[in-house]
Amino acid sequence: MADPMISVAGLTVAYGGQRVLDGVNLDIEPGEVMVLLGGSGSGKSTMLRHIIGLERPASGTVRVRGVDINRCSVKELKAIRRAMGVAFQESALLNSLSIEENVSLPMRELTTLADPVIEIMTYMKLAAVGLGEAAKRLPQELSGGMKKRAAVARATALDPEILVFDEPSAGLDPIVAAGLDDLILFLKRAFQMTILVVTHELASAFRIADRIAMLEKGSLIAVESKDSFRASTHPRIRQFLDRVPDPIAESTAVQSRFRELAGLTGERG
Amino acid sequence: MNVFEAIGKDVIHRLAYVGGLSRQFWSGLCASRYVQPVVGKRGRWTTAMRQMMAIGVDALPIVGIMSVCAGFILAMQTGAELRKFGALQYVMDTVAIGFTRELGPLLTAFVVAGRSGSAFSAEIGSMEVTSEIDALRTMDIDPIEFVLAPKYVAAIIMVPCLTIMSNAFGILAGAGFMYISTKITLGMYLHYVANSIELRDVFTGLLKSLVFATIIVNVGCMEGFRTRGGPDAVGRSATSAVVKSTFLVILADVFFTAIFYLLRQE
Repeated sequence: MADPMISVAGLTVAYGGQRVLDGVNLDIEPGEVMVLLGGSGSGKSTMLRHIIGLERPASGTVRVRGVDINRCSVKELKAIRRAMGVAFQESALLNSLSIEENVSLPMRELTTLADPVIEIMTYMKLAAVGLGEAAKRLPQELSGGMKKRAAVARATALDPEILVFDEPSAGLDPIVAAGLDDLILFLKRAFQMTILVVTHELASAFRIADRIAMLEKGSLIAVESKDSFRASTHPRIRQFLDRVPDPIAESTAVQSRFRELAGLTGERG
Repeated sequence: MNVFEAIGKDVIHRLAYVGGLSRQFWSGLCASRYVQPVVGKRGRWTTAMRQMMAIGVDALPIVGIMSVCAGFILAMQTGAELRKFGALQYVMDTVAIGFTRELGPLLTAFVVAGRSGSAFSAEIGSMEVTSEIDALRTMDIDPIEFVLAPKYVAAIIMVPCLTIMSNAFGILAGAGFMYISTKITLGMYLHYVANSIELRDVFTGLLKSLVFATIIVNVGCMEGFRTRGGPDAVGRSATSAVVKSTFLVILADVFFTAIFYLLRQE
C-alpha cells in the first residue's frame, strides 16, 4: 500500500491544563474518504485545525505527503497548503468579494495565470458545484447551502490532492445536505482526491465514508470501515449510533452541585 | 508576593504586546512592496486605492471642520492673553507654528484613529471570528500581506495629506479670527504666516504624521487579529483599538516633540 496521504501520530493538545487531544494516531490513505466522527467537545475541530496547520501541537506530529507540517521549511509548507483545500464550517468566504472573486482568489494570488484563463477556470469550478448563475452575487446574498458550495469551489480552485471539510452538512436541510454529500462523492470520483470530512451527522457519514474514525474525549475509539463501524459493539459508539442521551442529571458533578445549592455539602455538614 | 506577581505578569503581558506589534510592523513593512502599482501583486493597489478613499478622502470634511474649530479656539484663547500685552500679531505665529508642528498631525491622527483604526479592527476582527483569516492562511495567502499591507500603504500616503489639509484649515481659521479682530486681510495674514513658519516645522509635523499612521494601522490591525470569540469581541477590539492607538499616538508625540526640542536647542 502507498504511503498515507495524511499521517497523524501521537497528537496531543492541551488548553489550560486540560487535554483536548490525547495521543491521537490516524492515517488517511490516498484517494479515500475518511470521516472523522465525534460528539460536541470531542476534540474533532481541534484535530482538524492541527491537520490543516493552523495550530501547533504540544506534542506529536502531523505529516502530509510525508512532510511534517510543523517542522518543515516555509517552501514545503507552502507546497502542502496549495495541495490542500479546506472548506470551513462557516464557509469563510470573504464577505467583501463576490462569489466569483472568492473562487478566483487562490488563482489570482498564487498563480501567474492570465486573467481570462482565471475567469474561465472560475466558471468551470462554479459550474461544477452548481453555482454558475450566482457568480456575481455577494456571499451574504446566498443561502447556507449555496455558500458551502461556493466554499467547496474555492477549496478546489487549485485542484488540490487533499480536500478537508469541516461540518459540511451542519445547519443545512436534509435535501441540501444530501446534495453536498453527492458533491463530495463526485469530487472523489472525478479527481481522485483524498477527502477528510469532520462531522457529527451519521446519515452523511455513512453515505460518503470509506472509513470512519470516531473521536471521544480526545482519543480515537475506532478507525474502521463503514460496515464494521455500523456493527460495532463499543458502548459509546452504540450510544452515538442509537442516539441515546447522556444521563446529565445523574452525573456526579451535577449531583454535587445540586447538593451544594440545597446546602447539603459535606463541609457545611 | 502576590502584588509583585501581578505586576510582573502585567509587565510581561504588555511587553509581549509591544513585541507582537513590532513584529507585525516589520512584516507589514516588508509586505508593503507587493502593494506598489504595476510591479506589485495584482489587485493590491486597487485595494489600497479603495482604502485611501476611506481613510483620506472620506475623512476630509470632519478633519476640515475640526481643524477650523481648533484653529479658532487656539486663536481666541491666545488672542485674549496677547491682547493684554498689545501683541495680538503673535496669534498668527502661534496658530501657524502650533498647527504645523503639533495640532495638525495630532488632530488628524485622532480623527483617523477614531474613524479608520476602529474600522480596521472591526473588519479584521469579524474576519477572524468568521474564520476568513484562517481560510486565507490555509489558502497560503498571508493575511498581513493581503489585509494589512494595502491599509498601511494607504494610511502612509493619506495621513500626511490629511495633515497638510488640517494645517491649511487651521491657519485659515486663524486668518478669520485676525480679520474679525483687527481687519488684517488674508493676503497680509498669509504673508506674515509664510515668514513665521519654517519648512522644518512642516516637515517635523509630517514626519510625526507618518509615525502616527504607522501606529494607528498596526494597533487597529493587531486588535483585529487578536479578536477571539463572537460579535461582542469585535466591539471590544474596536474600542481597544481606538483607546490604545490614541494613547500610543500621544506617547509617540511626547517622544518626538522632546527629540525635536532637544535638536533645536543645539
